[in-house]
Amino acid sequence: MNKVIRYFKSLMMIELWQGLGVTFKHMFKPKFTVFYPEEQIPKSNRFRGIHALRRYPNGEERCIACKLCEAVCPALAITIDSEMRDDGTRRTTRYEIDLFKCVYCGFCEESCPVDSIVLTDFADFHMEDPKESILDKQQLLALGDRFEESISKNRQQDAAYR
Amino acid sequence: MDAILEFAWLLIRIVLYTLLPLILLVAYYTYAERRVIGAMQARIGPNRIGPWGLFQPFADVIKLLLKEIILPKEANRYLFLIAPILSIAPAFAVWAVVPVGEGMVWADLNAGVIYILALSSMGVYGIILAGWASNSKYALLGAMRSAAQVVSYEIAMGFSLLGVLVLAGSLNLQEIVNAQAGGMLDWYWLPLLPMFAIYIIAGLAETNRAPFDMAEGESEIVAGFHVEYAGAAFAVFFLAEYANMILISALTAIFFFGGWLSPFEGWAFLGDSWLRQSSVFWFMGKLAFFMFNFLWIRATFPRYRYDQVMRLGWKVFIPITMVWVLVAAMFVFNGIVVRGA
Repeated sequence: MNKVIRYFKSLMMIELWQGLGVTFKHMFKPKFTVFYPEEQIPKSNRFRGIHALRRYPNGEERCIACKLCEAVCPALAITIDSEMRDDGTRRTTRYEIDLFKCVYCGFCEESCPVDSIVLTDFADFHMEDPKESILDKQQLLALGDRFEESISKNRQQDAAYR
Repeated sequence: MDAILEFAWLLIRIVLYTLLPLILLVAYYTYAERRVIGAMQARIGPNRIGPWGLFQPFADVIKLLLKEIILPKEANRYLFLIAPILSIAPAFAVWAVVPVGEGMVWADLNAGVIYILALSSMGVYGIILAGWASNSKYALLGAMRSAAQVVSYEIAMGFSLLGVLVLAGSLNLQEIVNAQAGGMLDWYWLPLLPMFAIYIIAGLAETNRAPFDMAEGESEIVAGFHVEYAGAAFAVFFLAEYANMILISALTAIFFFGGWLSPFEGWAFLGDSWLRQSSVFWFMGKLAFFMFNFLWIRATFPRYRYDQVMRLGWKVFIPITMVWVLVAAMFVFNGIVVRGA
């Protein structure tokens, strides 16, 4: 008897009609699409986007060329050269990050004793030439100046959990 | 001289009244497909180019036409290039006998149904040649699947049309439509309900659409028979597939849904309103309904396995249609359905 009922059901395409009903109902449901460039979903304050080098409020760069980030980087994406500056402090003469090598793990930020190298929450970057994948010191400092507000805000919000 | 001019004028009218609207319909069918399936998957679909994305099809066409047509080194050059033409030509030629309204048909053939069956079988040559000439294993497999599928579903399709012919008593498409006069309960979908369902499903299989798109099977054989095609040649295959879908929708409307006849023809209480008049707009509405069905079904069902397709075609559809031909004959014999009226 069960077999007969099953045959009848498959002949009447009952389950297929149910499936069609589901898709038809969904046609009129609200959509989840985010209109990306105009609209963005909220980001975590721990989001790891493009890198930046920060400055102190007086404009002095934070980086002291300890090279901890270079040592900890699992992808060997960071290259640092350093020299003594005229005022006797050690500073970087070269600070480069290869964005193609970088895996955005955030270890450089974790290792930095002066909170200099950070990962901002900016993710919408692109390059038009493979050479542009290497960010030099000036570019990183400029990124830091550009995103200082969001960087410090995100660090403040996260401070209680660290 | 006059004859030549007349012929040229006829060609121009064919292009203006049938081919151009058909191609535009295909263009907006692809747009509708992306929007409808998007909506059913809780997405939005293309909405950037023009208002509501309405210029999207033109952007797609321009992109495809500007692309390079790649000729594979091992391909058979002539067959490779002739295959898209072989698949588009029958898809367009069938429209010669499809009446969109009373008397609105290019060739009022007495054997219109035979012509349609003959030309829709021609379309599979394009697919087979495309698969064979590409000299690629995926294309060949896709072409073989497609050919086997089209051949086996054509039988079920032919038998379900046989039911229509038994009731209408004519092979002329206009006469078939006129035989269904009298309102939506007099259309042939009711006495031929199983055949109506089978015609729609076999139509899906004929046009290689989901859930019978074994010929494409992107998870198994990449894209099937047109995997080696690019640019304009691919666009032609695409055009043929969508033109065939529109054709199957139109034929379903003509054979089972009374073509241009109004569904409320016999309803006297509606008075003399336009609702009771049969017009080309009813045909367009029915066409749109069946075209929407293609998209709806694609958004709903997963792809059949190859052996399941064959089982469904040979062991379910053909027996049911064969039995229902007899049932339809019984209807006519007992006067339940009056032949040709």
